[in-house]
Amino acid sequence: MANTAVATGASTRPNYGSMSRDRTWALRWSYFFLVLFAIFFLMPPIYMLITSLKTSAEISAAKNPWFISNPTLQNYIDLLSQNQFLVFFRNSAIVSICVVILTMLISVIAAFALARMKFWGSATLATGVFLTYLIPETLLFIPLFKMFAWVNETFGIQLMNHWWTMIILYPTLTVPFATWIMIGYFASIPKELDEAALIDGATWMQTLTKIFIPVALPGIIAATIFTFTVAWAQFLYPLAFTTSTSELVLPVGIITTLIKGDVFNWGQIMTGALLGAAPPLIIYAFLMDYYIAGLTAGATKG
Amino acid sequence: MAQVTLRKVVKKYDEVLAVRGIDLDISDKEFIVLVGPSGCGKSTTLRMIAGLEEISGGDIAIGGHVVNDVPPKDRDIAMVFQNYALYPHMNVYENMSFGLKLKKTPKDVIDQRVKQAAQILDITELLDRKPKQLSGGQRQRVAMGRAIVRDPKVFLFDEPLSNLDAKLRVQMRTEIKKVHQKVRTTTVYVTHDQVEAMTLADRVVVMNGGLIEQVGSPNDLYHSPATKFVAGFIGSPAMNFISCQLEQAAGALRVRLNDTLSFPVPADRTARYTAHVGKPSLMLGLRPEHITETKPHTESNQHDFDMLIDVVEPMGMETLVYFTVNGREICGRVNPNAGAEAAQSMTLRADLSNMHLIDDSTGKVL
Repeated sequence: MANTAVATGASTRPNYGSMSRDRTWALRWSYFFLVLFAIFFLMPPIYMLITSLKTSAEISAAKNPWFISNPTLQNYIDLLSQNQFLVFFRNSAIVSICVVILTMLISVIAAFALARMKFWGSATLATGVFLTYLIPETLLFIPLFKMFAWVNETFGIQLMNHWWTMIILYPTLTVPFATWIMIGYFASIPKELDEAALIDGATWMQTLTKIFIPVALPGIIAATIFTFTVAWAQFLYPLAFTTSTSELVLPVGIITTLIKGDVFNWGQIMTGALLGAAPPLIIYAFLMDYYIAGLTAGATKG
Repeated sequence: MAQVTLRKVVKKYDEVLAVRGIDLDISDKEFIVLVGPSGCGKSTTLRMIAGLEEISGGDIAIGGHVVNDVPPKDRDIAMVFQNYALYPHMNVYENMSFGLKLKKTPKDVIDQRVKQAAQILDITELLDRKPKQLSGGQRQRVAMGRAIVRDPKVFLFDEPLSNLDAKLRVQMRTEIKKVHQKVRTTTVYVTHDQVEAMTLADRVVVMNGGLIEQVGSPNDLYHSPATKFVAGFIGSPAMNFISCQLEQAAGALRVRLNDTLSFPVPADRTARYTAHVGKPSLMLGLRPEHITETKPHTESNQHDFDMLIDVVEPMGMETLVYFTVNGREICGRVNPNAGAEAAQSMTLRADLSNMHLIDDSTGKVL
């Protein structure tokens, strides 16, 4: 009896199974392309890792680039024992952390005001914030040079060739985008929530700190990660505005100190790039879930 | 404890008049329900009392003080929202104590008030939970708890039950009434559900198109509606309206519906209606429960007539019958055992002592 039942079940399965068969094929295709993309995008970092473990002699021998005959940590030891690399690292770290703090302070408050406090021109201002983000940073060099010169003439403050200038510069890139993310996130919080807080006796500032920030935490974390990544990886501005070795940040420092004329110290360049990529990678790994939740929240809840 | 007074209150959104100058006196401890179709201005009125909307004209006073320019937090009110608006990152206790904490109330007082409110609402065991761990009904209780702990002068409810399923809605309705009987705070409650309005209110305010149509006790509105709108809005199934004419014959008045159907007007109304004899655009208003099956004993002002039944809807305790008079579908409520059948003629009885005569051109009940 039981055997018959099983046999019948098996024979009718193809009729009912078309949905799951579709699904299986969809999954197979998804995995195929995912693996393809993974290979494509992981190749450079893997190449970096392999090269960083080779000696200069082995690199210049130009045999199979994917194979290491004599693995060595010498590049790491050399780089980390150089004082200047640690200076670049420190500069980058201080700049990025300060930029994150500054950006989040400005953009959370700005986004709250733009999303919630109805005032004359708030909608135009919100669009304006987004438009500033669309201006390419390369266009801003010359005006910025002019501005720095003016500041120097007027106030006697030299902004050129200082790593801390980046703390003022980067937010021009990060604030608009972070504000835009936060506007979307705050807008998805039901209006009744601030009305309830208003009736409960909260001021605008208390509504922001006690209700909005905790509720929008995933969005804030997403914006924080984004800001950190932009600040950490920024290349053009420090390249243009800093020159002394002690004032360089990591991405520029690696390129300018490890490429001497036409001599490329590939092993150390790759090591430096890998070490430089580590902090954002670690942050992403820990906060990935929040990051995705934050980026998609506005789209689904809105 | 406080009364709430609205004087010529107007709300304008750009060029649209949402509320067109309403006057309302709500006495201390009263439970007032604002009811009306969507867009009638009831929620706007409530939000103006709360201070969430600025008023474009007129005065609102709470406890004798005009509060036009007073921010919500200083009006000493508490509001329960349709979607509960609980703070999602706080547990029930924190949700309920948030307002008191902001007022810097001593911790022991907060604790005592929260526990007391939790007891009234039977949510003591939920105090540690987050809103997302609660059912709709429980969230609604917490939202009410948040209002109660603040011990405000006025409770404001904005369609608090419309997110709940039908069964829970009836349950929570009773709950709200019980809570009001316990705490006796002046309450303004907005709903579009006339059953909610009738069951909860001391007085119902029927609004339509930004104006108040009528204010009265549930029974007043039901039995003596002032306008056709109120007559049609209150009661389910709605009151039947049949175009008619008023005739005078041999010193008595008759309501004539058509060539074959006419009823004598009850004697006590003759004097009131005489002036309207021969007027066009008159309508007879008769509730479904005043059209029943015929019965052995005839009381005064009850008249039998035969009708072809179009549709029969058995409801269990009663059966609704639909038939057509003057091109309009008319509903009657008959005994389930009266043998009503579709497409069959049936002898029905109209109870004219509960009739309403309406001037359709003004919408007024005469």
